[in-house]
Amino acid sequence: MNTMSNLAILGGRVIDPAQNVDRPAAVLIKDGRVEEITARPLSKGPEGYEVIDAAGLIVAPGFIDLHCHLREPGSEHKETIATGTAAAARGGFTTVCAMANTDPCPDNAAVVGDLLRRIERDAAVRVLPIGAITLGRRGEHLAPMAELAASGVVAFSDDGDPVMDPDVMRHALSYATGLRGVVHGAQRRLPIINHAEDRGLSRDGQMHDGAVAARLGLAGIPGEAEVAMVARDIHLAELTGGRLHIPHVSTRRAVEHVRAAKARGLHVTAEATPHHLTLTDVWAYGLHGETPHGLSLAAYDTNTKVSPPLRSQDDVDAVTGALADGTIDAIATDHAPHAMTDKVCTYHEAAKGINCLETAFAQVMSLVLGGRIALPALIERMSAAPARVLGLGLGSLKRGWPADLVFIDHDAEWTVDAGLFASKARNTPLDGVGLRGRVMATICAGRVVFDARAGLALPRPGNPRRAGDSSGGRT
Amino acid sequence: MDDLRMESRSAGLQPSPVQTAPSGQSVEAGPTPILRSGRRDLLDLDDFSPEEITGLLDSAEGMSEVLSRDVRKTPALRGKTIITLFYEASTRTRVSFEQAGKILSADVINVTTEASSVKKGESLLNTVLTLQAMQVDAIVMRHPHSGAPYLVAHHVDAAVINAGDGTHAHPTQALLDMFTIRRHIGAIAGKRVAIVGDILHSRVARSNMHGLSKMGAQIVVCGPPTLLPMGFEPGRIVPEGHPFEGVNVAASADEACEGADVVMALRIQKERQDSGRLPSMREYSTVWGINSKRLALAKPGALLMHPGPMNEGVEISSDVAHGVQSVIREQVQNGVAMRMAVLYALCAVKREGGGG
Repeated sequence: MNTMSNLAILGGRVIDPAQNVDRPAAVLIKDGRVEEITARPLSKGPEGYEVIDAAGLIVAPGFIDLHCHLREPGSEHKETIATGTAAAARGGFTTVCAMANTDPCPDNAAVVGDLLRRIERDAAVRVLPIGAITLGRRGEHLAPMAELAASGVVAFSDDGDPVMDPDVMRHALSYATGLRGVVHGAQRRLPIINHAEDRGLSRDGQMHDGAVAARLGLAGIPGEAEVAMVARDIHLAELTGGRLHIPHVSTRRAVEHVRAAKARGLHVTAEATPHHLTLTDVWAYGLHGETPHGLSLAAYDTNTKVSPPLRSQDDVDAVTGALADGTIDAIATDHAPHAMTDKVCTYHEAAKGINCLETAFAQVMSLVLGGRIALPALIERMSAAPARVLGLGLGSLKRGWPADLVFIDHDAEWTVDAGLFASKARNTPLDGVGLRGRVMATICAGRVVFDARAGLALPRPGNPRRAGDSSGGRT
Repeated sequence: MDDLRMESRSAGLQPSPVQTAPSGQSVEAGPTPILRSGRRDLLDLDDFSPEEITGLLDSAEGMSEVLSRDVRKTPALRGKTIITLFYEASTRTRVSFEQAGKILSADVINVTTEASSVKKGESLLNTVLTLQAMQVDAIVMRHPHSGAPYLVAHHVDAAVINAGDGTHAHPTQALLDMFTIRRHIGAIAGKRVAIVGDILHSRVARSNMHGLSKMGAQIVVCGPPTLLPMGFEPGRIVPEGHPFEGVNVAASADEACEGADVVMALRIQKERQDSGRLPSMREYSTVWGINSKRLALAKPGALLMHPGPMNEGVEISSDVAHGVQSVIREQVQNGVAMRMAVLYALCAVKREGGGG
């Protein structure tokens, strides 16, 4: 699709938290960018605009995922950039950050360059790469972080491999203070994202160290494995003046450390996943959160195995509260697709990770329905907030910004059917679970990339070119 | 000693419905079911009712009568095929199942992972699907990973019998322990059973806690705090809402043994010392080992049990292991009868939906 249509989105309830907008309004899109949010609803589009009927839907900034695994290059049997971004589009995400655990490891500009070419060719939505902190993600020697920054990474992470050596972590935080990102033109600091797990405490643990682990006879991972690492990293950020982002917070005590760090004025941010916000270790019984008298054949549900593990209800409550009060800045999916053979095995053998992009919004919508957070705040945690974490000029419908939008039916009830995922993988513990709230369509940089009703009037275009921004930044 | 006990117990016990079966009842007609309808597998005791457990224990009484005959053979499972699939080294459990199956006239095939396609990297699931394709009636399996039999049972029609999975469950051991207790001191309800040792890693302890609590026993456990599951605090009762709620966690081995009707010592693995959970085997033996002094704190005539294999001089001293209160060798003997009862209950009944 070469020519981009100008769009008039009419009849929806527009929620743009960054601009404090929540009202019926029309959104005009021109040349892939937001032209304006009209002061009053229009009954028909201006001359030369194609009309999209958003009656009954919420129109919001497209979601931004700080943390997902597209598996390419290296594990294309689990996911590819094409399938992963198709899943993202179905989940309402218009920008996703690709985690660094690919093979080869993105610890140099050549690998990042190859990744950007693949993204340009295959991605359905904007993909921003994350570079490694250390060579080969081995936690020993710093990767060429300046070279990586110049090549277009938006953050540094060794993904699931924590930088265990505190001295290496100290130097990573320190070294990165001088680096600035290049994507989207903005001058902004690149955060260090360190998987918060003290391997000395987690050892061979398979799930949260609680009563469920006691019953299932699975080795436990205490919450303190996370807490100890979060505390260490916050102190190192304070020591170095470094920019620290804490991924997938799962425990009450880690939340308390983040809250205290922010109170001291440190530039520390944090994310939580939909599963750590909504599911507990009880899901390992395989009965969608029910505790059985006697274990059923569904027990040891390997789709609940994830790192960090699903925690206790008390932890979930704390993480949810922290999301509502802003201690946790953003929701990130940690979308981790795995092949059947990685999950149809014993719990001990199973790979860690949950396939999340296509269920994420409806999962956290349950927090709105449960009165834990207001819908505009939730949308903020999935759009403006993650953009702010990375310093991106995205996540809002401001005039002139890339036209990234999600259309939400917040009342729609649906049942998760992993067989229908656009993702290559099916590994969700939510298969068969009824959810409320659904992404109906997604527009990325002015192009329709997902349309559940196939009724938004536009032909589906080819893939938009997406690494930086079709309409600016990198070209 | 064992023989005397055999004599005394055969006398007063009620014959169970299946006691008649081994002497030639038609398998086609099927025995009176012991287990609830739809029960296919024995994975753990947590989903068994007290009536089902009692039924299996009663049936084992009948089986031990078969074991005492001159010709120890009954056609009950003639034409049935049982596979023992062991991913962990084992002598007593595997041989016990094999003997149980053979006495019942089943064809028993032993698969060990040392000499099978498992060595070539075949996954557990593909291995059992291959076995399933050979129309086996039961798979008796042991696996180092907790929950492995649940995965298998989910995918095969054959009856799956858990012969030990990781640190999760070992239901036939718990059954034979209850069988042994019942034979010696009668009804399990109200009896105080002390389980001492590495509770955290013990599948025997877990299955016994489920089984014994269903049968109304009072359970006291004890072990080093580093080897207790989450929620088990020395000197406290496991709180409500915990899967093992109501289990009494003793503050010391002495306290656990005090007034006990049964003292069960668990095997302590050398690797617990290596992983830093225990300073030394010597210290373990001093603080938690069962010796004559500790056993003397239990009720007079209390039973001493051990699931084996024993580390004599570590978790149990040699004098009590072979003393008058020890029923450890009898546990092994009862294991065969108990496993006959289990195999019979799960294999003899025609199964819905094929396989059987």
